[in-house]
Amino acid sequence: MGTLGGAGLAAAAAGRARTLGMEGERRASQARSSGLPAGGADGESPGGGTPFPGSSGSSALLQAEVLDLDEDEDDLEVFSKDASLMDMNSFSPMMPTSPLSMINQIKFEDEPDLKDLFITVDEPESHVTTIETFITYRIITKTSRGEFDSSEFEVRRRYQDFLWLKGKLEEAHPTLIIPPLPEKFMVKGMVERFNDDFIETRRKALHKFLNRIADHPTLTFNEDFKIFLTAQAWELSSHKKQGPGLLSRMGQTVRAVASSMRGVKNRPEEFMEMNNFIELFSQKINLIDKISQRIYKEEREYFDEMKEYGPIHILWSASEEDLVDILKDVASCIDRCCKATEKRMSGLAEALLPVVHEYVLYSEMLMGVMRRRDQIQAELDSKVEALTYKKADADLLPEEIGKLEDKVECANNALKADWERWKQNMQNDIKLAFTDMAEENIHYYEQCLATWESFLTSQTNLHLEEASEDKP
Amino acid sequence: MEQAPTDPERQLQPAPLEPLGRSDSGLGVAVDEEAEGAREEGSGGDTMTHNNFWLKKIEISVSEAEKRTGRNAMNMQETYTAYLIETRSVEHTDGQSVLTDSLWRRYSEFELLRNYLLVYYPHIVVPPLPEKRAEFVWHKLSADNMDPDFVERRRIGLENFLLRIASHPILCRDKIFYLFLTQEGNWKETVNETGFQLKADSRLKALNATFRVKNPDKRFTDLKHYSDELQSVISHLLRVRARVADRLYGVYKVHGNYGRVFSEWSAIEKEMGDGLQSAGHHMDVYASSIDDILEDEEHYADQLKEYLFYAEALRAVCRKHELMQYDLEIAAQDLASKKQQCEELATGTVRTFSLKGMTTKLFGQETPEQREARIKVLEEQINEGEQQLKSKNLEGREFVKNAWADIERFKEQKNRDLKEALISYAVMQISMCKKGIQVWTNAKECFSKM
Repeated sequence: MGTLGGAGLAAAAAGRARTLGMEGERRASQARSSGLPAGGADGESPGGGTPFPGSSGSSALLQAEVLDLDEDEDDLEVFSKDASLMDMNSFSPMMPTSPLSMINQIKFEDEPDLKDLFITVDEPESHVTTIETFITYRIITKTSRGEFDSSEFEVRRRYQDFLWLKGKLEEAHPTLIIPPLPEKFMVKGMVERFNDDFIETRRKALHKFLNRIADHPTLTFNEDFKIFLTAQAWELSSHKKQGPGLLSRMGQTVRAVASSMRGVKNRPEEFMEMNNFIELFSQKINLIDKISQRIYKEEREYFDEMKEYGPIHILWSASEEDLVDILKDVASCIDRCCKATEKRMSGLAEALLPVVHEYVLYSEMLMGVMRRRDQIQAELDSKVEALTYKKADADLLPEEIGKLEDKVECANNALKADWERWKQNMQNDIKLAFTDMAEENIHYYEQCLATWESFLTSQTNLHLEEASEDKP
Repeated sequence: MEQAPTDPERQLQPAPLEPLGRSDSGLGVAVDEEAEGAREEGSGGDTMTHNNFWLKKIEISVSEAEKRTGRNAMNMQETYTAYLIETRSVEHTDGQSVLTDSLWRRYSEFELLRNYLLVYYPHIVVPPLPEKRAEFVWHKLSADNMDPDFVERRRIGLENFLLRIASHPILCRDKIFYLFLTQEGNWKETVNETGFQLKADSRLKALNATFRVKNPDKRFTDLKHYSDELQSVISHLLRVRARVADRLYGVYKVHGNYGRVFSEWSAIEKEMGDGLQSAGHHMDVYASSIDDILEDEEHYADQLKEYLFYAEALRAVCRKHELMQYDLEIAAQDLASKKQQCEELATGTVRTFSLKGMTTKLFGQETPEQREARIKVLEEQINEGEQQLKSKNLEGREFVKNAWADIERFKEQKNRDLKEALISYAVMQISMCKKGIQVWTNAKECFSKM
């Protein structure tokens, strides 16, 4: 089992109130006895958490509640309860806590001064072995949370490890919107897998990925996340080996897709709307991604041509006696505008392109979340159908159905709440990215304007000087 | 600047309309900005200043261009563009202008005029014509001669050509030029009747002279180098400018796509919708603003192109000098050898090898009478030769003097014009930047309201 403490959790949950339903407790003990693997879960609130956005009021009261409840539980129970609840593949009869308990769960908006987990990703390094070459990234974590053994950690991780983490998070929280990972390969196909630009872009995206998880009210307490940030290489490998194997997971995926088709039929209205939004959003953001990349490319080519433009005027000035000064001035103006273009380009690359691209990946992620939700619903629907038609295990079914209904409701609420949070973030991020882009352009034009205006002024002054000199 | 000798036959006597004064008044190089005002009417807003000879008295404009079809020399149907040339005389007192002549000419007639001027004024840097075919195109411009934008720019170029001639102290008085503006029919025949084609120096002769001349005036050699450099650097500049224009066009136009996508996206957004929609509109404005910007820049490119073509006019003057100088050198050489022959005959010494000398040695001397006869012939030839040499020398020196005077005039014109062009380029850039700031400020506001 991991190194978690329920009490530690409560202490760390300043501003984050969690309650754990009684039903969940019962389930937990059952789960333990049935020998389900506990690895990989964290001190999560049951059902994947149902964060309610923006409600930062009445925290004091709830915190008291949380503490009260937590005191009653011992570490292991909290831990194992969560573990069982996290194993939510379609064929597990495990159930999250009742809807009632969900209402008591409150998520506070992330407050910057309450942030207690700081992560940086840097220092890509190449490793060469006989079998392969790969890159690792250094990950530094600083935290004041009690459940961490120390306040600072430094580890090295490779892309595969990030993939593993993402998989675990998706497993544990199928209807939460997990932040996207940068792509495995470049879309256009690269000759050399590890060119500098690619690595830098990926590093930034990985940094974003981990920080988004850290900022997520639920995911931040995921146990696998903690292990990812803190464990030594050998610890991580052995930890990874626990948990369902790759093949079984793959098998699950296939069945999941099949059953999710069913879930689509009975999808509630609000999720239909959500799905429509996701589809349209995905289209639009993909287009915007393409357009933005294209603009970058055109700006780069413009810059390349401009670099040649200024020097020609210098060349010309060599054969003109009377025009030397003005030609040199024009050349220097062009060069300055050229530099301004370069700055605009790099501003675009930093502020806009990565954000837009992240949301392209997010849109794919969202479709996956939708599918998983549908799939959970399909489970329920199939049992309901069985009850209606078969009447074979009629006595067992109602209970199962009850559990599944709870599961569906839980999943739906989790998604709904996270959806609102995601939408808010998306609006903020997009707004910021485009505002930055506009700002870069304004700055670019202002610089060029100043350059040419000062040229014009100096020419006018020169002209006036000459005119006054001519006068007797 | 001294007045070049004018050929009474080619110059108009008396001048049809009085240019300002006679020999010296107004011949000085005056930067007269007001002359622009006189040509404003119908012109394409060309901002070059000229010496104001006829300009205060007459206005010339190429005001229209029209597509025509007709039959060419081989009796085949062809399409061409005709240009309307209008000449107005400006009254002294009230500044009113009266249309005195108006006729249509096509590009080939302009070419004919210029070729004529080249032959009869070899010491003048004759203004160049706008390009026959579109060069230095970037992807938006079509290379089609019938393209309306190209035709429009050519119209302005042709007007500029006529104005340059009209403001040249010597060329403006040419009869054929006057007839070009006033005599619609038969003008071509009139030009051909001058027989100028026959008088033209053959290309081959000129090339030969260029290679063989021994002592050309250094100033002309330098001028030739200068004109080569000028041509090369301006071509280079125009090529790169065209590429830069192409790229700039791309940057602006791609932003237009944002407009469409934002608009579609705004349909599904509740809070962001309005901001997206209006930002999209500004992206469209931004994208379409490039068309005017590049249109203006094209005029700047045309101003540079004129001087690109002027380089060839400079070289033409240099070539004429080389030809005359070579001619002179050959004549001097010829004379020297004849003198020597004469001397040898007279003294009986044979210093130079000659067939005649050999044959006389072999087959006996000629009679004293024969020798006397020969000497007499030679002396006559020598006399003639000396006269010719003298006049050629004089001609050559006159040419150099006059040509150099015009070249000085040209240099000052060039410096003025290029300075003005570069400043107008800066003005264009400033305007483009201001537009950019406005659009993006608007867009930023929309984004921040999302």
